[in-house]
Order: sequence, then C-alpha cells, then structure tokens
Amino acid sequence: MGRRGIAARAGWRRLACTLVVGTLALAACGGSGDDETATGGGTGEASGESVKAGVLHSLSGTMSISEVAVKNASLLAIKEINAAGGVLGRQIEPIVEDGESKPEVFAQKVEKLLTTDDVAVVFGGWTSASRKAMKPVVEGAEGLLFYPVQYEGLEVSPNIFYTGATTNQQIIPALDYMKEQGLINVYLVGSDYVFPRTANKEIKAYAAANGLNILGEDYLQLGDTNVQGIVQKVLDAKPQVVFNTLNGDSNVSFFKELKAKGNTPEKIQTISVSIAEEEVGGVGVDNLVGHLVAWNYYQTTDEPMNARFVEAFKKEYGADKNTADPIEAGYNSVYIWKAAVEKAQTFDKAKVIAAAGGIELDTPEGKLTVHPTNHHVFKTARIGRINAEGLIDEVWNSGKPVEPDPCLDTYAWADGLATGEARAECDAAK
Amino acid sequence: METFVGNLYIGMTLASILLLVGLGLTFTFGQMGVINMAHGEMIMAGAYVPYVLQTSVLAGAKGAAVLIAFPMAFVAGGLMGVAMDRLLLRRMYGRPLDTLLVTFGMSLVLQQAARDLFGANNKDVVTPTWLRGQWHVFGVTLTHTRLFVLLTVVVTMAAVWVFMSRLAAGRRMRAVMQNRDLAAVSGLRTSRVDATTFFLGSGLAGIAGVAVSLIGPIGTSTGTAYILSAFLVVIVGGFGKLRGAVLAALMLGTLNAFVERSTSSTIGRAAVFAFVILFLQLRPNGIVSFRTRGLAT
Repeated sequence: MGRRGIAARAGWRRLACTLVVGTLALAACGGSGDDETATGGGTGEASGESVKAGVLHSLSGTMSISEVAVKNASLLAIKEINAAGGVLGRQIEPIVEDGESKPEVFAQKVEKLLTTDDVAVVFGGWTSASRKAMKPVVEGAEGLLFYPVQYEGLEVSPNIFYTGATTNQQIIPALDYMKEQGLINVYLVGSDYVFPRTANKEIKAYAAANGLNILGEDYLQLGDTNVQGIVQKVLDAKPQVVFNTLNGDSNVSFFKELKAKGNTPEKIQTISVSIAEEEVGGVGVDNLVGHLVAWNYYQTTDEPMNARFVEAFKKEYGADKNTADPIEAGYNSVYIWKAAVEKAQTFDKAKVIAAAGGIELDTPEGKLTVHPTNHHVFKTARIGRINAEGLIDEVWNSGKPVEPDPCLDTYAWADGLATGEARAECDAAK
Repeated sequence: METFVGNLYIGMTLASILLLVGLGLTFTFGQMGVINMAHGEMIMAGAYVPYVLQTSVLAGAKGAAVLIAFPMAFVAGGLMGVAMDRLLLRRMYGRPLDTLLVTFGMSLVLQQAARDLFGANNKDVVTPTWLRGQWHVFGVTLTHTRLFVLLTVVVTMAAVWVFMSRLAAGRRMRAVMQNRDLAAVSGLRTSRVDATTFFLGSGLAGIAGVAVSLIGPIGTSTGTAYILSAFLVVIVGGFGKLRGAVLAALMLGTLNAFVERSTSSTIGRAAVFAFVILFLQLRPNGIVSFRTRGLAT
C-alpha cells in the first residue's frame, strides 16, 4: 500500500483493522524475553572444568506464576551442590532459558540447550503440552530431561525422568480419598490441554468401576478468565465435589467466582491437583480456605530433610516464599541426576540414564527411590487442606511410597486406557 | 426461563467487562488511530493499585483501599498514557504500523517492569466485606462483585458522556476527532487535546484494572488477558463511538454466554470470533460508523 493509501483515513482504518486482528494472536501470548544466564555465564576457560546444565521453565506468560519458583529450586540445588564441591569434582554451570509458556518455545529452547550449548542435562517443563513438545526433540538428540511436575501418566520416554507424580500417585489416591469420604457426585473442571483431558478420561474410567457419578465435564482455555458460565453450570449440577485440573490464571477467576456465588467447602468441596502453596497467594487465601489439594509434598510435611530445605529456600529467595510440591521435585531432580552421574562415574547421558534406576535418596518428602525401569519415582501420596495461613495441612497419606505405574497396568478398570505409543513405551520399560 | 435469565445476567456482566476494558481504547484507538497494544498494561497497572494500597498504607482498611484505588488508578494510568504519548507516539500519528510496533514493545517493557517490581507471581486483592455476598432474583444468583463491576461501568460511561457532550474539553476532543485540520485552523492546540485524549483513554484502562482485580487474576499477564476483548469491542462497535461500544459489548457478551451454556467454553469463544468475522463483512466500519463531509474520509 502506498503512502497516499495510508494517509487516507478510510484506507488506514482498514489497514489498522487488519493489523490489529493480525497481531492480536501475538499480543494474546504476549511473552517477554527473560532469559538469564546465572553464575559463570558464557563458555571461556571455565567450561573446561564446569559441566553445563540447562534449566528451562516459563519465566514469562501465564505459567510463570508457577514455574519461576521451580527454576529457583533447581538453581538452589545447583548452588548447594557447587558449594559442596560439585559433581565428580566439576562445578555445575546452569544455563537458564525461558519457555514463555508456549510449547513450541520449549521445543526450540530445549533443542538449543542440547545441541548448541551441549548441556549434560536439562531440568524443566511444567505443562504436559510443554513436555509433549520437548519429548521428540529430547529423544531425537538423545538428551536427558528431568520433568518435575505431576502429570497424567501414559508416557515413558527413554530420555526423560519424571520426578513428579504419575496418576496412580496423585489422582487415583485423591479419588480413593473422595470415595472414602462419601464424596461421590463429581464435577470435572479443567484447562483445555493434554493433562486435564487425559486425567479426566482416567477419572471417568475409575468412576465407572467405583460407583462415582460424573455430573459434568467442562474445560477452559489456558489463561481464560471468563469463568461465569462454567461456575454456573457447576452450581446447577449440585455436585458434592469438583475435581479441578485447571492450571494457571483460570484458577484465580474460578475460585473468586465460586466464592462470590456463596459457595463454601461445606457446600461444594473442590479437590485440585495443580494448586500448591505457591499458587495459593495469587488465588487469594480467602477464596481457598478449607478446599482440598492432592500432592506428594507440602511445606508442612514432617520429614527430617524438609525443615532444612524450607529454611534454605526461604534464605535464598525471601522469607515470604513458600516451598511446594513441584518446587521440591525441581530441587530433587538435580540431586537425582547428581547421584546417577556419580553412580555412572561419567556425564555421558546414556550411561547416566542407565545408572539412574534404583537410586535411593533422602529428600524433603522422605525417602525417594527411582523405579528400576520406568523412569518415575516412588512417592507417598498426600491429601491436604488449605489453611488460613495459605499453607497446606496434610489430612491423609498413603502410608508408604506408592510404586509408579504410568500405564495403570495394575488397575483392572484402566484396561485399554494405555494404547498406541503409550502402550509401546510402557511395555518397553518393563 | 431460569436458565434464560441466568444467561442474560452472565451476558450482561461479561459485556460490562468487555465494555470497561474497551472504553479507554475507543479513545486512543478509535479517535486517534493509535493502535495501542500497551492498553492492556494500563489495565495491569490499574489492577496493581488496589493491591499496593491494601498491602501498604491502607492495610487496615481493605474496603476503602478498593474505592480509593479508582481515582488513583485513573491518574496513574492516565499519566502513563500521557508519558507514552509525549515521548513516543506523538512522533508517529497516522502511521499505524509504527505505533503498533512501538506500543507492542512498550507492553513488553511494562510487563517486565511489573515482573521486576512485583515478582512473577499473581497477587491477591482482598474482596472488601461489603462486596461479599449475593442476591437471588428469579432463581439467578447475582454476586455483589459482578454487580459492582456493572455499576462501575455505568458510572464511568455516564461520566465520559458528560465530559464529551457538556464540557469544553470534551467538545475540543470531538472537534479534533472529526477534523483535525479544521480544528487546528480554528485555533485549537491539537497537540494538547491529543494529550488529554490519551490521558482519558489510559486513565479509563486504569479504572478497568481496579474493577477486574476483584474478579480475576492480578499479575503481569493481566493486560494480555483483556486486550483482545478490548479490541473486539472497538472494532465491532465502530471507532470512537460510545453507543457502538455499548451495543458491541452487549452483543458479544450475550452471544458468548448463551452459546457457552449450551455447548462449551471453547465453542462459545469460537462463536464470538465467527460472529465478528461475519459482522465485519457486512459492516466493515462497525455498528456505528463515522460520517463526515470532509474529503479525507
């Protein structure tokens, strides 16, 4: 379009329209670069003695609310290890990258870390969409990724270690607890991506076999704050409990609206699998008090290592910062990798992966064992209730660490859930 | 019937938010032709104001903090807008491409600034006790927070209308909007009027920020969550037209509410976009289009 066209009002208005519509998508994602390279930086002579580790989380965008703290936890573990002499006598040099809450950016950044930076290991990811995007890249590069967040299961990558819970260590115990408490009329609310969709498929299979009634199932786009319709549907259905798999900002609007409509945990209880201590402040303690969550670790967890971990985390990042399950898993991941490297006596990724199975560690959540074959870890399931201080009190636990079963092979009702790629992966990992 | 009234209510409250976030943009985008991608960050700034007040000077009076936040957010947003206008945008009026890029860059800078200042985590604004509660009318639950947002919109709209139609400054603004050259020849200092317009538009975004802080997340991505809705309202409503913006917000809000209730949230969204695309085919200039006898139309 020539200058004259732009100068004419009608002309540029039309152009303006086009431009706006065209850039809205861009704006809606509106991330910002927040890359930082911590300590050491660059290559130079230091890289001869140090070993590089990638830390890849969303430092901007809708998921940064959760992921920044996980990045911090991994950096804390790296700092502690470095202060204690490093791994195999070499200092760890962290390279921090921003996934911008966009799966495609995660894929791009993990490739950069594994190929250009040639890191020995990557710690990162939160949403399953980000993990699914990184998986083919990590496998293709024969890399090594530690993924620190609970997820929907049905996956075993030869190049990924899953240090958060799989379904049978979080969601199934939560369902068992609900059944035990007589909360059998359930409404499913989640964000519209792979984790909530798959989790709800599993929940429905469990419900059919265990006498729970699923009254409805609804999804919101990630980051969507327009929750009125869904909240009204939930209230109309009158469930006893909402099983909440919403992630990120949607939780804030959802719980604010639920509370504003006069709901209390006594009327409709909710049980969330993606709200931890870190998110409680942003949603507002007032809106969450008395509601349930399911995880494997809380800041209040009474284990010998935990007090020291909480203290170190607060000392490093501020007294107002709380620890939470994914934060603890992000911290553990680094120590698991260190133990595997020391067992293998090399940084070679294939050898480290082979050495990781069976490793035992004392961690803030208690004794942690890496499964001999399936790349997950044994974890104690814990149900907690959010208290008025914004912390979570444990109300139930599984008593002992639960063996990870990503394909749910030990549950008759889950027969047929793991198909195709997931089936092949789980069989290969046996 | 209950569902119908319920949907109508949800549509209305949704419309009130659309309108509130779009209102400021009808001035900066609609009147001045600046595609202000940083409009969302003015909303974000506004949303942080009640948080800052509640955690500092007015920690003991959380309700008063929300009320005082309105004028403060208006001024804060307005000043940010004027600063941006004077420093950057004044140099690129009538060059939509450039304003688009510059304001998009500004929005990233402002988001990062907020992240450095407040941290990446969402913040919580405590709902004042007098806003906790709900009324039940015709089987529909009307929550006080949503009604408060609705009231905020009505009051703001009324104030804007009085300003535009009764006050000299508003008349000057309309004059510049209708024909910049003629206004300049008539002795108006268009540059000063532009600054006022920007102050008003950005200030309204600040007010919107305070209102949405009561119902949604307050964080660095707050602005991006609403900017889309703001542009939709202005484009469908017609540039710089209050009446159009009101109608557009009501149409989009109700449509979304009704479709979503009978299907799903995703389809509700898709329906709104499909509607906007179709609508722009029929009325490319929006519901209320701008008529002038000037040659440069």
